[in-house]
Amino acid sequence: MSDPVATARTTETSTSAGTRMRDGLRTIWIVWKRELIRFVRQPARIVTSLAQPVLFLFVLGVGLTPLVGQSGGFDYKKFVFPGVVAMTVLSTAIFSAVSIVWDREFGFLREMLVAPVSRGSIVMGKTLGGATIATTQGVIMLVLAPFVGVRLTPLMVVEVMGACALMAFGLTAFGVFVASRIRKMEGFQIVMQFLLLPMLFLSGALFPLAGLPTWLSVLTKLDPVAYAVDPLRRAVFAAQDLPAVATARFGAGVELFGHVLPVGEEVLVVAVFALVFLALAIRAFARTE
Amino acid sequence: MVAKTTETPGDAGDGGMNDGRSGGPAVVATDLSKRFGDLEAVKDVSFEVDGGEIFAFLGPNGAGKTTTINMLCTLMHPTGGRASVAGHDVAREPRAVRAKIGLVFQDRTLDDQLTAEENLAFHATLYGVPKHEIPDRVSRVLAMVDLADRRRDLVGTFSGGMARRLEIARGLMHAPEILFLDEPTLGLDPQTRARIWEDVRRLREEQGVTVFMTTHYMDEAEFADRIAIIDHGRIVAIDTPSRLKAAVGLDTVRMETADDATAAANLSAAGFDARVISEGVIVRVARGETAVPDLIARIGVPVRLVSVHRPTLDDVFMHFTGREIREEPEGNGGMARQFVAMHRRRR
Repeated sequence: MSDPVATARTTETSTSAGTRMRDGLRTIWIVWKRELIRFVRQPARIVTSLAQPVLFLFVLGVGLTPLVGQSGGFDYKKFVFPGVVAMTVLSTAIFSAVSIVWDREFGFLREMLVAPVSRGSIVMGKTLGGATIATTQGVIMLVLAPFVGVRLTPLMVVEVMGACALMAFGLTAFGVFVASRIRKMEGFQIVMQFLLLPMLFLSGALFPLAGLPTWLSVLTKLDPVAYAVDPLRRAVFAAQDLPAVATARFGAGVELFGHVLPVGEEVLVVAVFALVFLALAIRAFARTE
Repeated sequence: MVAKTTETPGDAGDGGMNDGRSGGPAVVATDLSKRFGDLEAVKDVSFEVDGGEIFAFLGPNGAGKTTTINMLCTLMHPTGGRASVAGHDVAREPRAVRAKIGLVFQDRTLDDQLTAEENLAFHATLYGVPKHEIPDRVSRVLAMVDLADRRRDLVGTFSGGMARRLEIARGLMHAPEILFLDEPTLGLDPQTRARIWEDVRRLREEQGVTVFMTTHYMDEAEFADRIAIIDHGRIVAIDTPSRLKAAVGLDTVRMETADDATAAANLSAAGFDARVISEGVIVRVARGETAVPDLIARIGVPVRLVSVHRPTLDDVFMHFTGREIREEPEGNGGMARQFVAMHRRRR
């Protein structure tokens, strides 16, 4: 007969790093898989979440095109195309993340939180699941490119996928953190009004960020989504034959402290944003009992 | 006491799951306390639950049942005392405890958009059940709660009783040593409640799993091997249902007669403890049914009606706490109970 207390003490510490890593990956995988199962099981959700961007692209985009006019054959609907892709990623990512509020309401969150696994891997699985869905939705939008005269190239598709994935991950992590603070379903509407729309409007998805009044310019620079939209736009623009006049008018790039950030730095900003909110989200869920 | 069998689902070939099965008590609580600000929800509660036992916490709403279960399941930190579950301290080794217990909450915690099987597989994966064992275990636990034919159905289509049974099945997926059930039959109809009790008793017989449950239904607590009666955060009595009832005392025989006063006088003269009440004469005796012929022989007046009342757990609760378990007027309990149940399960 072994002393139960001694046995107990060893079990908690004897879990090797390898076992913990395996447990963590398995948790991430199953939480991720659940998100995907729920996603494909609701074709209606896929369609409705694409409806809004389509509306923006074809109604707002086409409607504003004559007003904005064109420069060297390049017009507003082509400009707004990458913005609409970004918008799809943004809203899908936030919606997926905020589904945690539903999980809490319907009790399933508790089922996950009481499991003998690290909360970090649950948050990671949820974030990767939401990010996968958001990236998929964003990339699906590319099929609309020919309808607005945007040319697709294999390189551009790969770049757009990468940009979408990074953006989706960062925004889902942000959304999961926000969701950890929401106790009631009603809080959800507030998030939509006070986070999603401002983040979209200030991101440069719908209009160029150059030449804005100072107050608006400052706000756009504070919007993390701006640094995610820009690489996406550059990837799309790079695949078009953009005349110099068009570049001058619709040009991409976020200017910070007097210099235009290269793509690498923009990616870095988004990556740091993603990691900070992932860490905050993990901490928020590790604390709840 | 029930001998503990070690035949649990999937025991074969998953070493590591049996490490803590030392044959000692499944749960030990010593002066366990929980304070929320000024409110002492649980005060110095001490008890032991043996392996293989069905142990029930009985008490009214707000007595501290859920708080105690939450501390044992490591969902809340005790503010005083200590407890160990399956050989692990709840405060120091919460994860080891969680790996060895199955939990069924008061509220539904299933994913309605997944099938029964997917819900079970999700759980098994989180609890580290090897992938190749999962389909087999799904079949076994679904058969146990008689849901095998609903395996591929979305949980959203399940009734409340089916969902509850699926949750019990899910609690068994990782072959826990102890299954915690917090008000498992709350808000369910009588047939479903009986079903769940059958399931719980069968899985104790077949799997040897220890069951720790809370309830505020008196009639259900009788299914347990031992009962702890909890009131205002304290355990006021702890024993087997029959011994608790015996502690409360004697059976009561009530008789309606042609002349109650004479009847009582005659019985008292014969050495019985007889009293006249508004509805006849009552006599307190050790074994009511056996005493009836003797009582009738000595009563001396015509008897119209005889009824024998043995102490129930309601009487036990009343005896130990000085009040009814439900603070509603007598006779209205059923409805009020359902009302409370409905509102607590509202979604």
